[in-house]
Amino acid sequence: MKGYRLYFGKKVIWFFVTLAVAFVLNFTLPRLMPGDPVAAIVSRMAQGMSNTSGVQAIYEQYTELFGTNKSIPEQFVLYVRNALRGDFGYSISQYPRTVADVLRSSIFWTLGLQLPAILVGWILGNALGALAAYRRGNFDRVLLPVSLFFSSLPAFGMAVILLVFFAVSLRWFPTSGGYGFDLIPNLSLTFIWSVIVHYQLPFWSLVIITIGGQAIGMRSMSIYELNADYVKYSRFMGIKDNKIVRYVFRNAMLPQITGLALALGTMVGGALVAEVIFSYPGLGSTILTAVLGQDYPLISATTLIITIMVLTANFGVELLYGFLDPRIKAAQAD
Amino acid sequence: MKHMLRQVFRSGKFVTGFVIFMAIMLTVIIYPLLITDHPLSIIGQGTFFPPGIYVNVFDSVSSPAYTIMLDDAAAKRIAGRLNDEDREAIREWLVGAGVADGEIDIANTESLLGLWVNNYDSTANVAGMTNADRNYYIRLNKSLQVLLSTEGVTLAASNPETGALEETGTVEPTQYVNVREVANVRLLPLGTDNFGRDVLTELVSATAVSLRIGFVAGIIATFIGLVLGLVSGYMGGIVDDVISFITNLFIVIPGFVLLILISFSIGQERRGPFVIAVVIGLTSWVWTARAVRAQVISLRNRDHVNLSKLSGHSIVHIISRDILPYIASYVVMALILQISAGILAEAQLSVLGLGPRTTEEATLGLMMNWALIYQAHILGKWWAYFPVILVIALIAFSLNLMNTGMDQVFNPALRD
Repeated sequence: MKGYRLYFGKKVIWFFVTLAVAFVLNFTLPRLMPGDPVAAIVSRMAQGMSNTSGVQAIYEQYTELFGTNKSIPEQFVLYVRNALRGDFGYSISQYPRTVADVLRSSIFWTLGLQLPAILVGWILGNALGALAAYRRGNFDRVLLPVSLFFSSLPAFGMAVILLVFFAVSLRWFPTSGGYGFDLIPNLSLTFIWSVIVHYQLPFWSLVIITIGGQAIGMRSMSIYELNADYVKYSRFMGIKDNKIVRYVFRNAMLPQITGLALALGTMVGGALVAEVIFSYPGLGSTILTAVLGQDYPLISATTLIITIMVLTANFGVELLYGFLDPRIKAAQAD
Repeated sequence: MKHMLRQVFRSGKFVTGFVIFMAIMLTVIIYPLLITDHPLSIIGQGTFFPPGIYVNVFDSVSSPAYTIMLDDAAAKRIAGRLNDEDREAIREWLVGAGVADGEIDIANTESLLGLWVNNYDSTANVAGMTNADRNYYIRLNKSLQVLLSTEGVTLAASNPETGALEETGTVEPTQYVNVREVANVRLLPLGTDNFGRDVLTELVSATAVSLRIGFVAGIIATFIGLVLGLVSGYMGGIVDDVISFITNLFIVIPGFVLLILISFSIGQERRGPFVIAVVIGLTSWVWTARAVRAQVISLRNRDHVNLSKLSGHSIVHIISRDILPYIASYVVMALILQISAGILAEAQLSVLGLGPRTTEEATLGLMMNWALIYQAHILGKWWAYFPVILVIALIAFSLNLMNTGMDQVFNPALRD
């Protein structure tokens, strides 16, 4: 058990360190920017107001609200304590809703969309890449440029193309939203069907983009492994091709899992923008409304939540990797 | 060096990517020399004019007219007037008036028109037809009759003194003007956008700005990554520990999220294309740093480096002479990827409304953002968004191809 305990212990510590840094960054980055954020917000709100005492009152209220009249360490303690309680204050653009309330309704959609899409894309991409490396020839010659082209498309570009083709031209799928605009979320069959129908285009646009990048990576990895000495040795020993291929792909898979953990952040970023195209009611659209409404508390909380989600997913992949990598199992036997 | 370049240019993938990228670069450089309009000048009143050749109506009336007798002119005129909805409406009326559905072919203008002329009767009462429908058919019939008549259209100008209309000429259905003799003809190959700007001119200038953003972001990111990677890989020890710690942190903390937070905090006024490029560069150096470090560590204890150390060369000399040449190809590849990632990051930021705030220059992301805000994709105005996506994809594709090609040259294991 020692190997596992060491590995998982390290990963848990690392998870909390990254989490702490994410909190610090989320707190300090906006405060590092030149200018007084409260003054900027107030000047935006007070546009066209001629009453100076009114502007002054707004300024003071916001200073109180954001706590900028306290010292920086004091603010940080307050911020962390509130964040841990799930209290991110009120949303400016969707007042009187609280930020936590806004996030609670959108996290579910983002998780439900991105997690399966990235997983399915990753699995399909790896399968295709491995096949290309094994078969080479024409399949490879076609697959590589095609995957390269699809992985070059920005996620929002793929989203727009699918949207225009399947929703606007063919009218097979709805153009926007997470469910029919005339429905209220409940557990009825019509609602669930509506959710499924609205899910398809965002889901497949993310899957296609993910497939491209993963296929290229897996292809390179598998080619490396197929040329490795142990493969040649196994061939000389007369081990069947099927068996060798299984060894090769297990070895090629491991770096791909690490790759998934490391690429999660980039993928989520692109996927958030794709959500915007479909007006999917997830965190991406929340960011858009927050940006349009100059809603600082909402932006700050959303970026923090996304970071935490990515870190957690990353942590999960690392744990899984611990079980899959034979070297960690070998360390346990020592 | 020369040998290496020759090898790289022998790779089909690299050359394809290079040609596409150079074609884009050359277009960006040459196009503004030929067409000197300001890329963001608003020329169209109204939104989303479709692509095509725009001929000035006023000028074409006063241009010399040529009479050309063409048999199918009238048919074409009618076919152009009748859109799909009109054809469907005619079919409905005919069916209502008792014509067999099988006889009607709405795609065949001639037979449809024949049926219409023979059967239409404005006084006939078709069951289920509202008054609005009846008026629509009367209007449709009138406009068809104008088109069918062989009489010309009279042109008139109002007399400034009396205000009465005075005939100035007639336009016969058989009259033509030569486009080359019309004073004002404007080609809009990609139509206009939601503000009424020429999309092609705007697109070219936006591509230039986006490429600039990509270059600035890529160079900053590669420079930071290279320096950190070299220092941490070569020095080792506590310096390496600290830099590796920071690198590993920023690899898992999503850079795009930091980008969103920073761009928002900078505030609208200060967010120019250059600032955005710098911010993108500052948030995307991690991969380069990590990879350079790994390469330097494997080079650090090579014989030639040790020999250099024994000869008493300075650290700068060792790094620049004995280590850099070995990782140069890798750094160039990283730079290429960073440029394409930078362009993509700008586009994504802009779609979220956090792109450069500028009224003088467009970027690819901003064009996309405007098209999306004005619902070009829902309204079917493909020329406002599709060329933008295509250009982004082509830039990224060409750079990725160059990268893959170089990868195959420098990693013999990957060669076909």
